[in-house]
Amino acid sequence: MANTITILHLYPREMNLYGDHGNILTLVKRCEWRGIKTKVIEHEPGQALPKKIDIIFGGGGQDSGQNKIEADLKKISPELKKLVENGTPTLVICGLYQLFGKSFTTQDQRVIKGANILNLSTTAGEERLIGNIVIKNNQFGQIVGYENHSGLTTLEDKSQAFGEVISGAGNNGEDQTEGCFYKNCIGTYLHGPILPKNPKVADFLIETALKRQNPKFTKLQELDDSVEKAAHKSAANRPR
Amino acid sequence: MDSFSILLGKGIQKISKLRGGGGSALPGLVIEKTNPNFLRKTLSKLPYGVVVISGTNGKTTTTKIVSELLAKQGLKVFTNKTGSNFVRGAISAILEEIKISGKFDYDIAVLELDEAHAVKFCENVPVNYSLVLNVQRDQLDRFGEIDHTAELLEKLTSSTKKCTVLNREDSRVAKLKSQKVIYYGLSAPLLKNFPNDDNLLDAKSEKKSNKKASVTLDKLKGQIATYDIEGQKFSCDLTLKGIYNAYNAAGALALCHEIMPEIPVGEFIKYLDCIESAFGRGEVFKINGTDVELLLVKNPAAFQLSLASFADNNHEYMIAINDETADGHDVSWLWNVDFKALPRVKYVSGTRAADMALRLKYDEIPVDGGNPDITIATNRFMSESKNPKRIFATYTAMLEIRKIITGKSLL
Repeated sequence: MANTITILHLYPREMNLYGDHGNILTLVKRCEWRGIKTKVIEHEPGQALPKKIDIIFGGGGQDSGQNKIEADLKKISPELKKLVENGTPTLVICGLYQLFGKSFTTQDQRVIKGANILNLSTTAGEERLIGNIVIKNNQFGQIVGYENHSGLTTLEDKSQAFGEVISGAGNNGEDQTEGCFYKNCIGTYLHGPILPKNPKVADFLIETALKRQNPKFTKLQELDDSVEKAAHKSAANRPR
Repeated sequence: MDSFSILLGKGIQKISKLRGGGGSALPGLVIEKTNPNFLRKTLSKLPYGVVVISGTNGKTTTTKIVSELLAKQGLKVFTNKTGSNFVRGAISAILEEIKISGKFDYDIAVLELDEAHAVKFCENVPVNYSLVLNVQRDQLDRFGEIDHTAELLEKLTSSTKKCTVLNREDSRVAKLKSQKVIYYGLSAPLLKNFPNDDNLLDAKSEKKSNKKASVTLDKLKGQIATYDIEGQKFSCDLTLKGIYNAYNAAGALALCHEIMPEIPVGEFIKYLDCIESAFGRGEVFKINGTDVELLLVKNPAAFQLSLASFADNNHEYMIAINDETADGHDVSWLWNVDFKALPRVKYVSGTRAADMALRLKYDEIPVDGGNPDITIATNRFMSESKNPKRIFATYTAMLEIRKIITGKSLL
């Protein structure tokens, strides 16, 4: 019997655009269906991080939400960096993906320092990159989602991309890269939310967490993913 | 110039109707190009001026309530009934009614405009009264973020000449500025039934406002709504369904009272109970002896409130989700709705039927069948049993379903 998996949800109030709540629900349910207990800890600005964290999740937010968390993120970023470096499975979407990087340069050339966990930087773009997106990742295969961002992200090492863009814009609309995959940390622009329609990514986070708890753990029990696959397929066939 | 463009617009309207179109956008476009002051000139002559109703959810029904309540008091009310809430739609609606001489025989215009179009509209046409219902997550791919939506609405309220009516319980709306503001609100016990965008998933951020409301929805028991108006209580047995409509009516009452202060409030309340649902917004159809309710759902707040009013064990349910432009291309919002109130769903349909089925799986709601083709799904859903039915549908799905169940072409 596995231990409880503790999921840290960063700033659920300030950073919850575009149904990111669905990502947490997916992690919780896919554990529950396999008899694995979960505990979701919501991190609010000003709180201390819990001692035991198995999975880190953070979503995207509006500008006002991002302003509210800026100071707190700065405070906890050394701890987050250590967790990611140690291989903690992590998923950050859109706003927090950008803020996990080195810097974000706003339209009026103000530079906001990021948590410096991922080797990338972002600049505010002129127009929003919006629409259905399909990418390919070697480990997970095809991944579908919806992107809606104006920030243009550049990876310092393009081999760290989470996926290659098949259709859509991705990090910057130019170099065909989407997101960043470093150690076990996935940063991406994909909403949708990403995990329900891409259960392999959800299971990667869960399986990695269990392996870190118990090095002898080998493989997750299979689930019937026919509903997930149908939704994935139908989303991949929608126009941009 | 005016007679010429009116004639031109009317002509185009006739032709596009003959061609089988709804005749809504094209004539408006032509007038907008050839006579840009048409809207301002026509509407600013009205004795009571222009009323704009905006916000994310409830515009169409609230516009209907306000228009009918004012009409009962003898005003000739011009309104954009087709649900076409764009400037061009408004122009087309005027074209239908205006005489070639330019005579436009109305007392007041009550118009529903979405946030972006309200801004464009109030730059062109003086607005005497405005009513802002809520700012909720809608089609983010259209308006960007909801804080931005609130900024758009401030342009409307700050240019409103006489009075702005605001929903006290929506923090983004309640802080909008205007020359004169009055509020409508909820009694403390009812607050928890109305999630705003900040507490949709989070009951903790529920806060009581200290602003004074002109009209408060005091109690709601079944269809009996009690309103507190300046200390006096008025009850009425609503035909309109849904707790949100009972609340929208509070905004409508506050607005009507402001427009016609000489009329005792009781005179407005008297007619509130017989107002029926607007097009596709909780309309009830009787098809072969079976009751079918059609409920438009556009965004998480509307869907959640709809489920709070309309989820029970006596109905069979179908959900149809499309992702066309008018529905919003991004269906992520379905994950911000809690579906656990539904016992089971008979059919999912629409271009995003598979997404809906997946969403329900993660709330562990049984789904009996699904088909992206709305005609097939609706016909099966309708024919399988005589039990009362409810259909939740996004905008374009609602139009399709309405056409199927009424058996005639609309719009």
